[in-house]
Amino acid sequence: MGAKYVLQASQFQFLFDALTARGYQVIGPKLQDGAIVYDALSSVQDLPAGWTDQQEAGTYRLENRSDSAFFGYTVGPYSWKKFLHLPARKLKRGKSAEGEFHFVSENEEIPKLAFVGVRACELHAMTIQDKIFMGGIYRDSSYAERRENIFVIAVNCGKAGGTCFCVSMKTGPKASGGYDWVLTEVIEKDRHYFVVESGTGAGKEILAGEEILKELDCPLAAEAEIALSERIVEETACQMGRRLKTEGIKDLLYKNLEHPHWDEVANRCLTCGNCTMVCPTCFCASIAEITDLTGEKVERVQKWDSCFTEDFSYIHGGSIRKTAKSRYRQWMTHKLAYWIDQFGTSGCVGCGRCITWCPAGIDITEEAKGFYGDS
Amino acid sequence: MDPFLTIPFVIQRVKKETSDTVTLEISRPDDRVKTHSPAGSAFSFLPGQFNMLYVLGIGEIPVSISGDPNHPEKLFHTVRKVGAVSIALSLMEKGDRIGIRGPFGNPWPVNKAQGMDLLLMAGGIGLAPIRPVLYQVFPERDRYNRIGLLYGTRAPEDILYESEIKQWRSKFDLEVLVTVDRAAGDWKGNTGVVTTLISKVSFDPDRTLVMICGPEVMMRFSCLELQKKGVKPENIFVSMERNMKCSVGFCGHCQFGPWFVCKDGPIFSYDQVKDWIGKREI
Ligand SMILES: Cc1cc2nc3c(=O)[nH]c(=O)nc-3n(C[C@H](O)[C@H](O)[C@H](O)COP(=O)(O)OP(=O)(O)OC[C@H]3O[C@@H](n4cnc5c(N)ncnc54)[C@H](O)[C@@H]3O)c2cc1C
Ligand code: SF4
Ligand code: SF4
Ligand code: FES
Repeated sequence: MGAKYVLQASQFQFLFDALTARGYQVIGPKLQDGAIVYDALSSVQDLPAGWTDQQEAGTYRLENRSDSAFFGYTVGPYSWKKFLHLPARKLKRGKSAEGEFHFVSENEEIPKLAFVGVRACELHAMTIQDKIFMGGIYRDSSYAERRENIFVIAVNCGKAGGTCFCVSMKTGPKASGGYDWVLTEVIEKDRHYFVVESGTGAGKEILAGEEILKELDCPLAAEAEIALSERIVEETACQMGRRLKTEGIKDLLYKNLEHPHWDEVANRCLTCGNCTMVCPTCFCASIAEITDLTGEKVERVQKWDSCFTEDFSYIHGGSIRKTAKSRYRQWMTHKLAYWIDQFGTSGCVGCGRCITWCPAGIDITEEAKGFYGDS
Repeated sequence: MDPFLTIPFVIQRVKKETSDTVTLEISRPDDRVKTHSPAGSAFSFLPGQFNMLYVLGIGEIPVSISGDPNHPEKLFHTVRKVGAVSIALSLMEKGDRIGIRGPFGNPWPVNKAQGMDLLLMAGGIGLAPIRPVLYQVFPERDRYNRIGLLYGTRAPEDILYESEIKQWRSKFDLEVLVTVDRAAGDWKGNTGVVTTLISKVSFDPDRTLVMICGPEVMMRFSCLELQKKGVKPENIFVSMERNMKCSVGFCGHCQFGPWFVCKDGPIFSYDQVKDWIGKREI
């Protein structure tokens, strides 16, 4: 574990400046259309200081806090995946003339991004997507290069949301790795500061992080400050709005693929696919052909896709998953069971987004309960 | 190398197999062009593997390689026209270009069958990925005991590779049994589903390796029947089919239970998939 420092809230802008000076574009939470989303920030002024969110199955509401905490809310509808596994991207470009054609891989501009405010569950989600795009014999070079060019400033959660269950998934609320810096925001009567710890390792971002710490001339954190920051995260861990039993869940779901409870969920599920769009680990995509009018220029474009569409599993003669039941089953069983076989980890990090943003209020933790009990 | 990069290949010959199926002979215009093949720089493949075939302006589909793995420089694909891309492929002529990415997927465990009886079962277009197995075993025919081919198709006029099958029969001591769903006129052969042929072919259940490719129900019933006859589930192999967009494990479309058919398959042992293959909408 690295040494811990104190960064005053009033100094926070200097951090932004130091990152900008090193060529990073700062991305972080900001208010937009009634929700907290991740987007480019021009200064600390853009952070939703003093705001918090109330989340429940199918509902999300912003409210004022009694203090001016920068990170006093949990996760919103967007996750960081939109900056790494882009919602839409050109795979390759081709030119054709008289039936002959030639393709080149798309040379993408890879931005240097500093993610500010990444939560513990989201760090885990990134590690999970790393396995998909970088962990096998094939490598998604766009993802890999984007991933190599981010500076990650994590934030330990100081408040859990109504739909959070990271404790059940062992992914939070304390960041356990995968960051360049981790902050814990502390608000005392008359003080507002961050306890800062830099990540371990010798990556160029970690080194840049240490350089920045020196530049900002932050003092080492006192024992009392460290203790307070740790207590905040411990308290968050006790506030989880949801819980999910995970013992033996893979075998439980494998045993119950034909359980009547799937029909019951299917009656409520609108197969809108919201849950897959907001989920930070969902990675499915489709690839389409785009041709200009002359047919001379062709692009192959990859876009996020959802296992909730009928087309997703189409093969000649009809889709494999025709019913809502089979599609919800595919999604939930993939998240909580298949994923373990595929990548050695659950596909769910307990962020609660799919619960909050489901128009039907379907709750993965509740649905899973439907299989315990009478298995 | 970028697994999405399509390499242009040239159609050398188009052979009409049946009313809805053609075999394309394809070659690389420039042998120095490397494919991303993990096997090495030259294009080589193993029986059961597939390529992604791309038609400019239309799209890309997975198609098994139906040619001889000992002569990978002559690439063969047998395509049945069912929709946009396969129809475009069936309309190709000598000199036309298509794009190729591959080969992808795992191969049939051909070597495992050495010293055993080898039983091949195909339904319809499913014969295409089985043909490379025959090409591989024929030059080393004496390493295998009995080799049988059970083939089911819709009608007598839909039989693929008909004249070739006749040659194999006499030349390589291959026992071939064909059945059709419906027959008109002078068909004197079998009718009915391919599983009915299992009891008509001789093999030693204890020492038989089976490879099956066809519609999922056909494969499932064949597996059940073979198991009844005493063939061990770990000696039965099937080739699965799912929608595929990327073929490298990124797009999620090809999922079948806990597997990605593109990278964990398409070949699975019945032992692996027996709890999944019968379930609906998996
Ligand atoms: C591993 C593998 C090997 C195959 N080998 C052969 C072969 O040797 N010969 C042959 O004729 N066919 C083969 N197929 C089936 C072939 O891929 C489909 O017939 C083809 O995708 C249909 O596409 P289409 O555009 O002509 O039809 P459409 O019905 O217009 O299909 C639209 C899209 O759906 C998807 N799709 C439709 N059917 C299938 C399918 N059966 N499998 C996967 N994706 C599908 C494709 O993305 C396709 O572009 C194979 C499939 C797989 C998965
Ligand atoms: S399944 Fe739901 S709770 Fe789990 S990671 Fe995805 S969005 Fe978050
Ligand atoms: S579970 Fe909810 S969010 Fe997901 S597809 Fe069904 S209705 Fe949409
Ligand atoms: S075809 Fe894309 S993951 Fe298998």
